[in-house]
Amino acid sequence: MTTMNDRLVIAGREFHSRLWVGTGKYKDFAETKKAIDASGADVVTVAVRRVNITDRSKENLLDYLDPKKYIILPNTAGCYTVEDAVRYARLARAAGVSDLVKLEVLGDEKTLFPDTAGLIEAAKILIKEGFIVLPYTNDDPIVAKKLVDIGCPAVMPLAAPIGSGLGIRNPYNLKIIMETVKVPIIVDAGVGTASDAALAMEYGADAVLMNTAIAGAQDPIAMAEAMKYAVWAGRLAYKAGRIPRKLYATASSPIEGML
Amino acid sequence: MNIHVNGESRGTGDGQTVAGLLRELDIRTDRVAVELNLEIVDRHDFETRGLREGDRVEILSFIGGGAN
Repeated sequence: MTTMNDRLVIAGREFHSRLWVGTGKYKDFAETKKAIDASGADVVTVAVRRVNITDRSKENLLDYLDPKKYIILPNTAGCYTVEDAVRYARLARAAGVSDLVKLEVLGDEKTLFPDTAGLIEAAKILIKEGFIVLPYTNDDPIVAKKLVDIGCPAVMPLAAPIGSGLGIRNPYNLKIIMETVKVPIIVDAGVGTASDAALAMEYGADAVLMNTAIAGAQDPIAMAEAMKYAVWAGRLAYKAGRIPRKLYATASSPIEGML
Repeated sequence: MNIHVNGESRGTGDGQTVAGLLRELDIRTDRVAVELNLEIVDRHDFETRGLREGDRVEILSFIGGGAN
């Protein structure tokens, strides 16, 4: 098995990479582009904000990220109410080319944990309007199931708080989510380094989305490449099937033929 | 006449359209969303949609972002 014929499909769309990346926190657009290229990601998240009308010299992110080459996934980052999240999702669709949205309804500024009640409510509204809603949610299997039941074609549970780099805080819940829902699981937020991403994939995640782990690394371009291989390795190991854990040793070399 | 663009008061010509305002501001129309008095204006209507005194226009685009 290779990674080439192992495609991720969500709502009928084929995604080539299982590493998805955010575009925030980079030094400049040139660095953003280099890091994304090194990561091999074809899905990039973007935020929707006011255009700077007083300083038009500022470059546009999409001058660097050709929407024909990358799947632009707008998010509703910074939204703390259902109304705001729905408003930003609609604006994203109006500014872009697709119905895809990474839906965030945040509950708290300190943790940036999702407000899952608000998330479900906003998702319902947007799905009715034809959006393909990819919800950023907590590592809660019950909420994940509710999101799928109302029509989300994938769920994006967090590994740890956004930008925390803590890695997977609750692997057991993530595993239960993977068993509970039959849609792709994209582990989103909290990854700190390559082993975290590999672990998420080994557990059976279908993809991993990250931003700070790459953009905040001392060498973002090198970390982007590390993440590419980590996601591949984790996916291949998951498909290959790991050996069971045992308490005692099992010799790998035969006893037969020994003196 | 006076309108509000992205929260700032601004003068523009009477009979100005959404497309005209974007040209005035040197903003490409293919990458923005425009909200006029809280209602999204379809890109196809930019040329015909006229602005009125006191209108509140929001012009948004994609920027770098992961989450938060």
